Amino acid sequence: MKIGVYVCHCGGNISEVVNIKEVMAFAEKQGDVVMVKDHAHVCSDVGRNMVIEDIKVQGLDKVVVAACSPQFHGKTFMATVDKAGLNPYVMEMANIREQCSWPHYSLPEMATQKAKDIIHMAIAKVRLDEPLARKTSPIGKRVLVVGAGIAGIQAALDLGDAEFKVYLVEKEASIGGKMVKLARTFPTEDCAACILSPKMADVPANSNIELMTNAEIEEVKGYLGNYDITVLKRPRYVDIDKCTACNDCTDVCPVVVPNEHDEGLTSRKAIYIANPIAVPHAYILDDKSCLGLFPLACTKCFDACEPGAINYDEKPQRLHFTVDTIIVATGYDIFDAREKKVYNFGPAENIITALDMERMIVHEAEGSPIRDIGKRIAFIQCVGSRDEQAGNEYCSRICCMYATKLSQLMKRADPKRDVYVFYTDLRAYGKGFEEYYKRAANTGVKFVRGRVAELFEDPVTKKVLLKAEDTLSRQIIESEFDLVVLSVGMQPGEGTKKIADQLHLIKSPGGFLQEAHPKFRPVDTLTDGVFICGCAQGPKDIPDTVAQASAAAARAIRLMNKGEYEVDPITAIVDEDLCCGCGTCVSVCPYDAIKTEMRADKRVAKVNEILCQGCGSCSAACPSGASQQHWFRTHQLRAMITAALGQEES
Amino acid sequence: MKDNSDPKIIAFCCNWCSYAGADAAGTARLQVKPHFRIIRTMCSSRIDPELILESLKKGAWGVLIAGCHPGDCHYVNGNYKTQRRIALLRNLLDELGIEPKRVRLEWISANEGGKFQKVVNEFIDEITALGPLKIRT
Repeated sequence: MKIGVYVCHCGGNISEVVNIKEVMAFAEKQGDVVMVKDHAHVCSDVGRNMVIEDIKVQGLDKVVVAACSPQFHGKTFMATVDKAGLNPYVMEMANIREQCSWPHYSLPEMATQKAKDIIHMAIAKVRLDEPLARKTSPIGKRVLVVGAGIAGIQAALDLGDAEFKVYLVEKEASIGGKMVKLARTFPTEDCAACILSPKMADVPANSNIELMTNAEIEEVKGYLGNYDITVLKRPRYVDIDKCTACNDCTDVCPVVVPNEHDEGLTSRKAIYIANPIAVPHAYILDDKSCLGLFPLACTKCFDACEPGAINYDEKPQRLHFTVDTIIVATGYDIFDAREKKVYNFGPAENIITALDMERMIVHEAEGSPIRDIGKRIAFIQCVGSRDEQAGNEYCSRICCMYATKLSQLMKRADPKRDVYVFYTDLRAYGKGFEEYYKRAANTGVKFVRGRVAELFEDPVTKKVLLKAEDTLSRQIIESEFDLVVLSVGMQPGEGTKKIADQLHLIKSPGGFLQEAHPKFRPVDTLTDGVFICGCAQGPKDIPDTVAQASAAAARAIRLMNKGEYEVDPITAIVDEDLCCGCGTCVSVCPYDAIKTEMRADKRVAKVNEILCQGCGSCSAACPSGASQQHWFRTHQLRAMITAALGQEES
Repeated sequence: MKDNSDPKIIAFCCNWCSYAGADAAGTARLQVKPHFRIIRTMCSSRIDPELILESLKKGAWGVLIAGCHPGDCHYVNGNYKTQRRIALLRNLLDELGIEPKRVRLEWISANEGGKFQKVVNEFIDEITALGPLKIRT
């Protein structure tokens, strides 16, 4: 056996803490090690070629790379040894960066000792590594997209256009998400509905997309290439195909409730259309506010419906289908401003959210204003963002620019208005944003740097008294406004929390979904075949959302397009001579990947290597040691323990 | 970790959560006491109690097993199996005269670098107070 050990400096990340020479001298003394080399960047082209050259010329048959985490460059070095003709599974990484030089930089001597131990452990393991055969598994072209806001729509359209079968599931009655509520988009001030509606219309027009609205994911089982999905489709009580959207049912409905599409600022009937550009363009009966379906209390809508589209007997439906990959685009909720008690949101009629303002602008543009906007208007930034008291440390990334947009729309509509924006920091980071901010300032919007401490609505005059400190001029501001707009931030939606549990996705500290790698795998997750995009992953604006959605679609296509994918061969394996057929492994396997069957004279366990996902539960449970996991065999783990404790092999 | 004057801890970390959590601690340059050595497995449910006993036998002062939070297991329910196995093992340790707190089970997710630091530092302090295993194996 010829083991080569490569110690990486990582451009100082390792070598500034760990004494490389000492570590190399230690490695040289280990049995079977025939070559120890160091390099400033083993992962560079030069570094990797050095490894390839040594394997070919010196005949190395095992390799240890002492560098960063295997989760960072494991794949890189597996490909490197593969290129030199070695099996990728006879290479081990010794993680002396993330788990040594970085967390122990204040103790260089101990870090050096630890680096030696980590390399010792990797050598002990690699010595016992065996080449593992590559396996592939077939994969189809079916994708589930969860959520049909702009992120889900974009991903579904990209996939559908590329001839992949898409199941698009939306919990609301119409697709379009939050974007459908917006008046204009920054910094171009396009009408949001006007740019969104053609995309929404493309969804039902795409023959590869199967749209399910008013529906939620109830259960997900399985794995990459074989996810079994159960969708619960709630009754709409209106046949989408028969409904002509004529409005006759709404006209006669006697029930009036707040309209969610207008954030409750206007009202709707119990039978209604979700929004003016709704897709599917059909009515829905809200069974929670209807006078009664069981027993029937009123049949006015049914009587008025000429095409006979209304069916009070519609029941919830469970739909089952199988997909190969999943894209999660469950979006966000706006921060509930009532949680920020000092701002008195809720009871005060002249303290509203920015989304309320978007709806008011839409209605004003349509010539049917909801209410008077007033002459003195203040925007308050970072409501529920960058606020540890509110539990949200993160920046929501869109509020600075939407306040810049709304404030100047307001000012341009009536130059006599006094419009103020009270901000913490004005973050105009995107393309065209700084220019847009300057335009707002030139329009006459007054930007004041200072966090608002308190809002108080006068019970008689209904004017809002605002207290803040201008942190640039160091003056205390106390001023009255006709209307105060809270620039509420984003928080993970309920749907995001639910799907995270269903798919075992990891959440970032703010509760948004965590990507597999922040730089290089921004839309992948650690669950194979599951991708994330849009605000489910973190706060972002529309262009970033659309870009991520297309990225998620591309990553899913990359996986499915070949028709087969490479399976990690670190599956379970059974030594039939040792196996007594007790079936303990069968009982612990979460994938039903093990069965017992008769072999000649006895019963033995048999592993289905395609179903096996390589957790190793069976190896731990096996009473006779017959069940093992490739690459994590018990004698390998034992060898690592021995090496870690500075002992010699016994 | 040859001489017996310093605490020695073996930490079995799940690839999907706590191993990445340990990486996250390092990436954030959180300073962790260095007396532990990590062995990566794909799931905490791969950890046979015999491996824990073997670690103690070979000179570890304590063993940490770190897996995914309940409900977050990458392999459906591996962490629950681990939880049951460790509970049983701790009973056994008591009977063997080994302080059960030398074996610690923790849930640490991939982004909980801070928790990794806190858990490991705390555990090292506790184990240092206990000293090496008093039982000779």
